[in-house]
Amino acid sequence: MKKANPKSKKRLIYLFILLISSYTLGCELKGGTNTELKRSHKKSATAPADMKVYGTMEAELTAPPFVPAPVGNRAPMKLIVDLEVTEEEGEMADGVSYVYWTFGGSVPGSFIRGRVGDEVEFTLKNHPDNKLPHNIDLHAVTGQGGGAEATYVAPGQQKTFNFKMLNPGLYVYHCATAPVGMHIANGMYGLILVEPEGGLPPVDKEYYVMQGDFYTEGKHGEPGLQQFDLQKAVDEKPEYVVFNGKVGGLTGENAISANVGETVRLFVGNGGPNLVSSFHVIGEIFDKVYLEGGDRINENVQTTIIPAGGSAIVEFQVDVPSDLVLVDHSIFRAFNKGAIGILSVSGEENHKLFKSQVREGIYNPNESLVKKMPNEKALAEVAALSKDDRVAKGKTLYNQSCFACHQSNGEGMAGAFPPLAKADYLNNKDKAIDAVIHGLSGEITVNGKKYNGVMPPQTLSDEDAANVLTFIYNSWGNDGSEITPEMIKKRR
Amino acid sequence: MNIKNLLWIWMCLLPIQTMAQEMALVRGGEFLPLYGAVKNEMVQVKDFYMDAKPVTHADFLEFVQKNPQWKKSMVKKIFADERYLTAWDGDQQVPSELHNSPVNNISWFAAKAYCECQGKRLPTVDEWEYAAMADEKIKDARKDSLYNVKIIRTYEKPKTHLLKVGQGEKNYWGIFDLHGLVWEWTQDFNSVIIAGESRNNGNGEKGLFCASGAVGANDLMNYAAFMRYAIRASLKANHTVTTKGFRCVKDANSNYLVQK
Repeated sequence: MKKANPKSKKRLIYLFILLISSYTLGCELKGGTNTELKRSHKKSATAPADMKVYGTMEAELTAPPFVPAPVGNRAPMKLIVDLEVTEEEGEMADGVSYVYWTFGGSVPGSFIRGRVGDEVEFTLKNHPDNKLPHNIDLHAVTGQGGGAEATYVAPGQQKTFNFKMLNPGLYVYHCATAPVGMHIANGMYGLILVEPEGGLPPVDKEYYVMQGDFYTEGKHGEPGLQQFDLQKAVDEKPEYVVFNGKVGGLTGENAISANVGETVRLFVGNGGPNLVSSFHVIGEIFDKVYLEGGDRINENVQTTIIPAGGSAIVEFQVDVPSDLVLVDHSIFRAFNKGAIGILSVSGEENHKLFKSQVREGIYNPNESLVKKMPNEKALAEVAALSKDDRVAKGKTLYNQSCFACHQSNGEGMAGAFPPLAKADYLNNKDKAIDAVIHGLSGEITVNGKKYNGVMPPQTLSDEDAANVLTFIYNSWGNDGSEITPEMIKKRR
Repeated sequence: MNIKNLLWIWMCLLPIQTMAQEMALVRGGEFLPLYGAVKNEMVQVKDFYMDAKPVTHADFLEFVQKNPQWKKSMVKKIFADERYLTAWDGDQQVPSELHNSPVNNISWFAAKAYCECQGKRLPTVDEWEYAAMADEKIKDARKDSLYNVKIIRTYEKPKTHLLKVGQGEKNYWGIFDLHGLVWEWTQDFNSVIIAGESRNNGNGEKGLFCASGAVGANDLMNYAAFMRYAIRASLKANHTVTTKGFRCVKDANSNYLVQK
């Protein structure tokens, strides 16, 4: 930009006055200015490194899917963070357990939230029962190893180091003790959010979602305590890819929720250790994505990439009630390895935006010629059909609609589709007609064998239904009855 | 603290012969330890005897009875932190179910004193690693991925310090439980840091965080070894850890008779 336009100049001055007054008033900014500040946090009068801190507070730490309260307009402070490392058995899936290594007792680890200019006094505590030394590398830290060396701590010990939050953004933290891959693979990662001055714009709901891949010796779903499989980790072939540490970490009782009309912000991280996530929410479009958890905002995004050891902030307003499905759109991970979550949206339907099932029906391309254009002549012909005509017409229909399941010899398919040939089910003509025109589902017994499937209702005219049933009754040794359109009409 | 006090602490009141446990002879040789591998230099290990089992709570109780300066209530903070012998109910009350389990929450100072009072010493890192690379059948099983996987498993398994010593299989040298129960103190446990500094711009521990990235993709051996070097490097000599115990060794030329 060559010269600042008057509008942005004006905004800058406005901001400057606001900032000055904010310091003199002890940072009592009014909520309405949040957006302005967010957009221009890099232009703040004071560089983050020079920001003074006002008072001390203990950081609120939360387990997923929850996040601590926003920083809002508070001034930079000294922020005390106490994080405990545990090694404990937890549930990976139904009947499958795993020894997780955690920051704060959850996978992903506790969510940490501060603002630019905060001075963090960070203490890492290694539980005495733990077997291994651990440490933490916070990507939000500017300094040696992100704190990895400063926090390298033996079981039963604790270590404290300080750092200043300089760059706003959503950052991953993880254990960086050898062998690093294994520590991460066992669940040692989480997110730390550095809000810009004045905080992120307010939204209605915020949640914490983090993907991770797990390498168990047993195949996906194999019950019992599963050991870490180093070879699978090296080969990057996970048995589990999950949100929030386990299969079902974000579904069922762990599902997250919102109401129609609310704006939802998801803090999404990816601990890896190996896979890059193609994060997608089925049934929603991201209004905004803070790309890679940084400043740059993209709008109207369907799927966003979240690198291993990276993040994104996604925001969207939920407009209609539904169960939104969070997935890694590398889709086998979602449906076969566990990377699936539910955001349940409740509230009033809005049929202008979305209306489900306006109409439905069977689509059968081959049938269309038969079904369409019943002209006068055809109707007249129909009235005069003999039984033999019905059988002939019915045969054509049967070979278009029915044979795929019931087979051309009427034998059906054992265990799946009941037979029509010499079928006792046909003894009751009303039941036979019902099956054709209303469909059939649930368990039935045909010739002594049980079937439990679904037959969709057939969209046939009374004539056609009569014809196909007459064909059936006159084939494969059945009793030779004739079914008339009147009989069909009665059962409609 | 004056010199006299220090001497008092270091001196064994009574050399303890009765509790000397069975030792196994480890024939010396050359090998390439994990950190030797960085320099690609073979390391020489001389013949030595090693305790066949880790020192147990019962063994250590006997020791403190004869050397009261190592009792929980007497020990100086600079020699053992406050979690020293934390499983014990008092100076001499060892829970009965632990008698035959490896003693844990022991500082390096305490372990060293125990060995010296028996005319033994702590093993060096190289000696320990040399003895521990044997499986039941061969001296160096590190190339056997199953062997290494088995070791890594035990590192992940919680509460193994409560198991009893000598329940598993002896290794090639006739030694039990080098893997599977507790980490073990070594004489020069922090030497990797010192050696590391010269390689790493005064940044010894860095190799432990970052060098793992350089580990050959299929070298499972190094994963297990890395974890051992990592725990060693994280400790100070007065630290006591729930999952760390020790055993002693003795030079083979010191006329020690193997007890059968």
